[in-house]
Amino acid sequence: MLVHAGRGKTALLVLSDGSIFEGHSIGAKVDAVGELVFNTSMTGYQEALTDPSYAGQLLTFCYPLIGNYGISEEAFESSKVQPSAAIVREACNLPTHYQSRRSLDEFLEQSGVPGISGVDTRAIVRKVRSAGVMPSALVQLNDESEREAVIASALKKAKAFDYGANDYVLAVATKTNQVFNEAGAKTVVLIDVGAKGSIARELVKRGFRVVVVPPKTTAKEIMALEPAGLMVSNGPGDPATATYTIDTLKNLAGKLPIFGICLGHQLLAHTLGAKTFKLKFGHRGSNQPVLNVESGKAFITSQNHGYAVKDLPKTVSELFVNANDGTNEGLRHKELPIFSVQYHPEANPGPYDNRYLFDEFAKMLD
Amino acid sequence: MLLIGSGPIVIGQAAEFDYSGTQACLALREEGIKVVLVNSNPATIQTDLDTADIVYVEPLHAKVLERIIEREKPDGVLATMAGQTGLNLAVQLREVFKKHGVAVLGTSIESIELAEDREQFKELIQKIDEPIPASKRVRTVEEALGAAKGIGYPVIVRADYCLGGTGSGIVANEAEMIGLIQVSLTASATNSALVERSVKGMAEIEYEVIRDSADNCITICNMENIDPIGVHTGESIVVAPAQTLSDDDHQKLRTSAIKIIRALKVEGACNIQFALDQSNGNYYIIEVNPRASRSSALASKATGYPIARVAAKIAAGYTLPEIENRVTGKTACFEPAIDYVVLKIPRWPFDKLRLKENLGTGMKSTGETMAIGRTFEESLMKAIRSLELRPGYEEQAKRLESLEPTELRLFKLKQLLRDGATVAELASATSINAWFLEKIRNIAMAEKAMISGSLDFNNPADLLHLKRLGFSDKKIGAYSGGRHPEQVRAAREKAGLRPVFKMVDTCAGEYEAVTPYFYSTYEPEDESPSAPVSKGGKKVIILGGGPIRMGQGIEFDYCTVHAVQALREAGFETVVINNNPETVSTDFDVSDKLYFEPLTPDDVLAVVRVEEEACKRQGKEFAGVIVQFGGQTAVNLAGPLEAAGVKILGTTVNSIDLSQDRKKFNSIMRKLGIPLVQSGVAYTREEAVEVAGYVGYPLLLRPSYVLGGRAMEVVANEKELLARIDEAIEVSRGKPVAIDHFVQDGIELDIDFIADGKRACIVGIMEQIEEAGIHSGDSACCLPTRRLTQKALATVRDYSQKLASTLNIVGLANIQMVVKGDEVTVLELNPRASRTVPFVSKATGVQVAKLAARIQAQGMTLDALGLPAELKTGMPAVKVPVFPFSRFSALDPKLGAEMKSTGETMGVAATFEEAYLKALLASGVSLGGTVVLCDCGKWTKVIAEKFKSAGVAVKSFATTKEAAEFLAAGNPASLLVSGVDSRSGASARLAAVAKGVHCVTSAFAAIAMAESVSVLSGRKAEELPLHSLNDIAGVGKA
Repeated sequence: MLVHAGRGKTALLVLSDGSIFEGHSIGAKVDAVGELVFNTSMTGYQEALTDPSYAGQLLTFCYPLIGNYGISEEAFESSKVQPSAAIVREACNLPTHYQSRRSLDEFLEQSGVPGISGVDTRAIVRKVRSAGVMPSALVQLNDESEREAVIASALKKAKAFDYGANDYVLAVATKTNQVFNEAGAKTVVLIDVGAKGSIARELVKRGFRVVVVPPKTTAKEIMALEPAGLMVSNGPGDPATATYTIDTLKNLAGKLPIFGICLGHQLLAHTLGAKTFKLKFGHRGSNQPVLNVESGKAFITSQNHGYAVKDLPKTVSELFVNANDGTNEGLRHKELPIFSVQYHPEANPGPYDNRYLFDEFAKMLD
Repeated sequence: MLLIGSGPIVIGQAAEFDYSGTQACLALREEGIKVVLVNSNPATIQTDLDTADIVYVEPLHAKVLERIIEREKPDGVLATMAGQTGLNLAVQLREVFKKHGVAVLGTSIESIELAEDREQFKELIQKIDEPIPASKRVRTVEEALGAAKGIGYPVIVRADYCLGGTGSGIVANEAEMIGLIQVSLTASATNSALVERSVKGMAEIEYEVIRDSADNCITICNMENIDPIGVHTGESIVVAPAQTLSDDDHQKLRTSAIKIIRALKVEGACNIQFALDQSNGNYYIIEVNPRASRSSALASKATGYPIARVAAKIAAGYTLPEIENRVTGKTACFEPAIDYVVLKIPRWPFDKLRLKENLGTGMKSTGETMAIGRTFEESLMKAIRSLELRPGYEEQAKRLESLEPTELRLFKLKQLLRDGATVAELASATSINAWFLEKIRNIAMAEKAMISGSLDFNNPADLLHLKRLGFSDKKIGAYSGGRHPEQVRAAREKAGLRPVFKMVDTCAGEYEAVTPYFYSTYEPEDESPSAPVSKGGKKVIILGGGPIRMGQGIEFDYCTVHAVQALREAGFETVVINNNPETVSTDFDVSDKLYFEPLTPDDVLAVVRVEEEACKRQGKEFAGVIVQFGGQTAVNLAGPLEAAGVKILGTTVNSIDLSQDRKKFNSIMRKLGIPLVQSGVAYTREEAVEVAGYVGYPLLLRPSYVLGGRAMEVVANEKELLARIDEAIEVSRGKPVAIDHFVQDGIELDIDFIADGKRACIVGIMEQIEEAGIHSGDSACCLPTRRLTQKALATVRDYSQKLASTLNIVGLANIQMVVKGDEVTVLELNPRASRTVPFVSKATGVQVAKLAARIQAQGMTLDALGLPAELKTGMPAVKVPVFPFSRFSALDPKLGAEMKSTGETMGVAATFEEAYLKALLASGVSLGGTVVLCDCGKWTKVIAEKFKSAGVAVKSFATTKEAAEFLAAGNPASLLVSGVDSRSGASARLAAVAKGVHCVTSAFAAIAMAESVSVLSGRKAEELPLHSLNDIAGVGKA
């Protein structure tokens, strides 16, 4: 059947398995290639679009109406759009919210990132769910006569794309040290491997002076900042590629209280002798249930990860597990002051229920 | 465990509690818990003996429950599945529970009280540092002015201890405050008033939250009211999930909701309502309901997450991580993600009650419909289709002069936008968020473009655009120069445009799900072919009844569920199409497959087509569609479906037509020699007067093909006829209006029978207590009959058999007859399940809708089912209607040919009198106090004497004015008998309603009440479980 109502410019989403989704071009009129993933959150598109963990990915929103409350100054997790493209069922052009400054379309356009609307996002999600995350290309169809050629080249680009081969961490992380809340009593060093802004904000809220450092910062350089504690952020890509940060962490384990989030959790896991593996289609959404292994208590968490931790060594205990698929969601070192979680206690997007973990970290620094 | 039901369907408390109560029953029984259920409403699945273990159809009164507790000795009680009725009873019975060692399961009584008591609740909320609208109690004008200044205008003034809203209102400035506050302070019994910050006009957002005993909390869903605060959430158009909230807005409210449910220590489900100021993101908590609710039913259907089931499991001691999400096989401890838009629109009775009322803080709607789509516009248009509004609503909306909230405001807004109004001006006039108005504008602009021809349905891209906006073929045709829907359908087929079906799976597609729950949309991928194949053999589609409205209530959902259960058991694959979120039939666990869709020919045909295709693929037989259980909504679809080549099971479309077309029915009756009430038909005013001439006054006007006697009227003379005939012609939509002679003081009968095409099994001959002319739905009725002669009964049986065989009725049918002495006259026959089917089923212990479904789908005969010519009747059972008069201050409670009741209660006992009083008590009528008599004409004396001899005080008034004054002064009275043989006395009746005094406008009913009191005075009431009644009645299992 006819797939779109033919208004405006056409864009095509070409998956490496050959499936094609046709829709309207939104955002920048450029082509993009990346790993096709989906997020189930019904709100928080701006936070997701600016989350550096999405670097190298084409982000599909499950919820069909995206952009309803516009783009605000308050909801940035980094300064730009991070995924390579945004895929939506319907993009709202006339947002209504007191904080809204522009529409989704304008935001994508100004960020030079393309998007597609009017596509059957649920069909895309079902495909990814059954076949796994997939290299794909989003391309502009400027002239109907070029359709075949455009599709052929898109398919070639998609097939050639290898997410795991790229080092997205170095691409998205800070290049220089940045200090927040200079007046803070104690210093926390945050290793930025693709950090969301909310992590530093949560630390500042608790009175810390926060020094954000690049991923390749050495243990010696970090200790020179005289930190009371260390945080390792979230970030994109295969944790096994960021060996530089793992090396740093190996030298710091036991010297400082350490708290890791998401990629930070995976890097700490590698540091302590565990392994990581790629999930079929990851966990991306604001509704993921995790269980505290010690108390049995359940928490609803915000997640965005494509890899998971396994094979914890004897020195480490499992702190949280995913209540749906049983994968690891957190760890705690049995002796050293180190703990980490796979999910996002800093929220944005997602529930605020897990911010208490920052309080626990703060207590470790007392 | 004792489970309390919610009683009769009333406005504000409807089928949602049958849904939650039934889910709770099943969830508890899965755990091996024995469930004792008490509910006075027979038309509920929860009061079926296969739902609960022991069922009491008894009045929901503290005393009655106490006796049942003494008799059954339950270990625990669950009171949070029955609305406010359940909570109130739990609070009243606190000591009784303690005395008998009955544990309150789930949310405790302390938590209920904490949520219900305004002062305690305010304190609690302040303690946990959450915002509620600022308020101050004042005793003088100066204090009031000071308080208002501090809070900031506008403020709400509420006089303390003052019923009915006197001395309360919103004031915008000092001058208005001075005007109101003196009245408030005077009206208040304590000379005090509360000055509270007004949140009117803010966005109203609701959260459904669940907490378990281990303090795990999850939110199931949030919902946004399109109508801002000032319109009750039950009266608002509601969308799920919220559309205009940022993640931060949402998370702030979610966090607050969880804080509140923790502070209240709710164990189970809780609904929390917020006011959100969308100019700055500030919010206020406005209400908390610590129980299953209308909103929790809606949230369950909107997400696929069974809130009542999970709440019942929590009450039984489980924690959330221990409970399974049966949709995905994962844990129930998660928050549903949805990838569609859900819209709910209430269904109001204003058309039937001929009222034009504004919407406000009180509920007036009787039911609601829900629609699911992938765009907001699609969901909105589907929901509008599902409402089955009377034709001409757009014209009526055009005539609206203000933008105050009314039933038709939505259409007025659309028209204004189409005519060039801006979203900004309408947003400022209505406080409706501009986002919603933009969406309505999209629809308006598409209509305009179709009218101008710039959108052409013959262009496939235009057509897809229109379908994605939710337009039906019919509407597209109508806006495209009045083209026939068939032309649009042809264009659609040519373009290869068909709706596809997507699954409601609780997880936005993240996990593979096994829910057989679908909705239609216009997108490339159709998920229905990949749906899990049901084990059932032949496939049958059963149509539900849509939103609950006056004349088409929960009874049709009851019948639909029974048909599904019977055919599932008989090995069929059952498919339900319906759009009512409150009911049991739309619980996806009930049928093998559920389609949540409008009940129009197009929407139903789309489902039939995919199901037929699925049959072909799976090598299954498609048995056909059953229309007989979904009320007039479903029956009206029989013709169009058959015309499209769909097999209709049971009574044929031809037979349906023979019975419904007055002219054809007349000629059959003449052939059979059965007297049909003298009648004629008219298309115009002039014809009506002519027909009246030979039929003879008084007359009954009946429009064709309408349910529940809409626009039906008894008229005594030509003047009244001319005043009423125009509307009857209008609602008949080009079909004639039937004009019948009316039998004065006759006894009306409702006869339900099942037939197999050859003969009938009469399942109940119900005698109405009120005189003929009062709509059967508004009359009390009893089984067995009391006043009929043997000869009349024999005639009734004879006519029923003759009609069943002549019309080849296959399945259920209902005949109405009127009897005077030995003379029996037929009024009408409806070839479908009737309102009385649940009542008959409970009274006889035979679930007749199940048998009818088997006859229709399996072709079984009555003989094969072992059904006699008539079912034996058991103990006397009485059905009593309940009315919404207290909600409509302008509505005269005088009963007539047009139905006004919303639900019913049932009483069963050893004698008719006791059963009648039980049912009356359950409906809220108690006969303890003074009976006021006025405007009773020739009946005055006999009614007065009957009551007096029963020992009841009677106060008779010669004039309406005196009676009205007596009642308005608040003199104690339990009953007003008024206007039994005329229309006079309205002002006294309205005064009675205002004071909560029940009105009786039937002489027969008044006399029956008096006689019942007389017979029973001094006797002790006894509660009887249903199964023992059936044993006593000796009704065999069929």
